Amino acid sequence: MFPSRFDYSAPDSLDEALATLGQRADETKVLAGGQSLIPLLKLRFAAPATLVDINRIPGLDVLEESNGHLRIGTLARHNQLAADSLVGRRYPTIASAAPQIADPLVRNLGTIGGSLAHGDPAGDWGSVMLALNAEVVVRGPTGERRIPIDDFLVDIFTTSLNEDEIVTEVLVPQPEGSFGGAYLKLERKVGDFATVGVAVHLELDGDTIARAGLGLTAVGSRNIKPTNAENALGGNKCSDELFAEAARLAAEAADPVSDVRGPATYKRAVVEAYVKRGLAEARDQARARAGRT
Amino acid sequence: MDINVTVNSKPTSADVEPRRLLVHWLRDDLRLTATHVGCDTTSCGACTVLVDGTPIKSCTLLAVQANGREVTTVEGLATNGQLHPIQAAFKEEHGLQCGFCTPGMMMVTAALLEKNEDPSEEDIRWAISGNICRCTGYQNIVKSVELAAGQIKAERADATTA
Ligand SMILES: Cc1cc2nc3c(=O)[nH]c(=O)nc-3n(C[C@H](O)[C@H](O)[C@H](O)COP(=O)(O)OP(=O)(O)OC[C@H]3O[C@@H](n4cnc5c(N)ncnc54)[C@H](O)[C@@H]3O)c2cc1C
Ligand code: FES
Ligand code: FES
Repeated sequence: MFPSRFDYSAPDSLDEALATLGQRADETKVLAGGQSLIPLLKLRFAAPATLVDINRIPGLDVLEESNGHLRIGTLARHNQLAADSLVGRRYPTIASAAPQIADPLVRNLGTIGGSLAHGDPAGDWGSVMLALNAEVVVRGPTGERRIPIDDFLVDIFTTSLNEDEIVTEVLVPQPEGSFGGAYLKLERKVGDFATVGVAVHLELDGDTIARAGLGLTAVGSRNIKPTNAENALGGNKCSDELFAEAARLAAEAADPVSDVRGPATYKRAVVEAYVKRGLAEARDQARARAGRT
Repeated sequence: MDINVTVNSKPTSADVEPRRLLVHWLRDDLRLTATHVGCDTTSCGACTVLVDGTPIKSCTLLAVQANGREVTTVEGLATNGQLHPIQAAFKEEHGLQCGFCTPGMMMVTAALLEKNEDPSEEDIRWAISGNICRCTGYQNIVKSVELAAGQIKAERADATTA
């Protein structure tokens, strides 16, 4: 299989990339890791007239803390996030999700920005970023916008990104107090998309939950933020009963369909079990961190 | 589009269509046919090559994306007709049956041993987890990688004491 014909450019500046994209945005696609786009081109599900390859633009793979955020450049590869020591120390939900995405070869190329822009409800990063209340930074012809992830993800393969815009980075608020997090993923085999995925982030003040963030993968037409469950947790003391109640509310927010990966009732039950398990794990991590300081 | 790629240490120039996949350029234009196409859907890893030392699926990268980079295929492993320790180890430990997955397996092994000269069994299984083998059951592949790791380490030790 091979793609249909297209023009190709690999500019070395974002301005140049935006200019090329602006010429005929409706027929142009941005190429990042290519691990979703190239398979689509080969199947001819997509046949853009032009590809703008952003891989040669310097600086788009930043990974650093500044101004209260972790800045993740759009070109940060899944494997880069899996191996980074700052991420490992301070962003357990990200560190736990990264090595569970796809397989080692896909992780060497696939990017965080490409994943989010692709808008696949079975994508793992969407849920992680919902749990962490991240924002997506995009650049277009009229300047920059910061879009909360919950507004960025719209529907299956649909985001609020305009055709003439490029994702430049993802901003994750720095965790406060003692924190913990995890990504729990049920998959049939390495390299498969999630049957169900659950992202959990907790910030504790003593044993009181100062902030709880959750995200659900592959159980709806986009990654889901179960806000009822988050609200039930916030401001309360950690307890198994509270976690069970939050898990029940999260399962209620899930809207899975039956398919080759399993029946809807099963997936909903997995959401409930994983939220409970993820919260307990995040709480234990947060307590251990509090004990250390 | 004109591209310049170092393929197995050899500077190589070509005029390729942007839609040309790296694997097709290697196999059909350069006649480097060791790199296999197993699935053509980014699922099996048979087409794995190294780009600047990183293993990737060459059926899911455009040849033009490799412009200015170094590409290594299995043909780049042997030197002067002498099997590379990884190739020798796969032969010794029967790390292949039909051999279709083997080029990909050897390239991920090369990348693994570059970063980690003493991998555990778990490290090895993790590293090859993107490469599917329908014949061996993986056991002998893991043994081959272990043998190769030992050989390369011993050679390096010899080189430093000599
Ligand atoms: C075998 C296999 C298994 C996989 N398993 C998983 C999995 O388990 N979980 C998971 O989450 N993903 C999985 N993926 C998808 C993988 O993570 C992709 O890397 C990811 O979805 C897309 O990222 P990319 O950088 O490759 O984007 P590309 O393929 O380059 O692009 C994807 C889309 O996003 C657009 N885009 C990319 N970057 C930008 C940008 N900066 N600005 C605007 N638009 C942009 C492109 O135009 C395109 O429409 C799998 C892929 C494969 C091949
Ligand atoms: S042929 Fe490239 S992954 Fe199977
Ligand atoms: S040896 Fe036949 S597929 Fe691996």
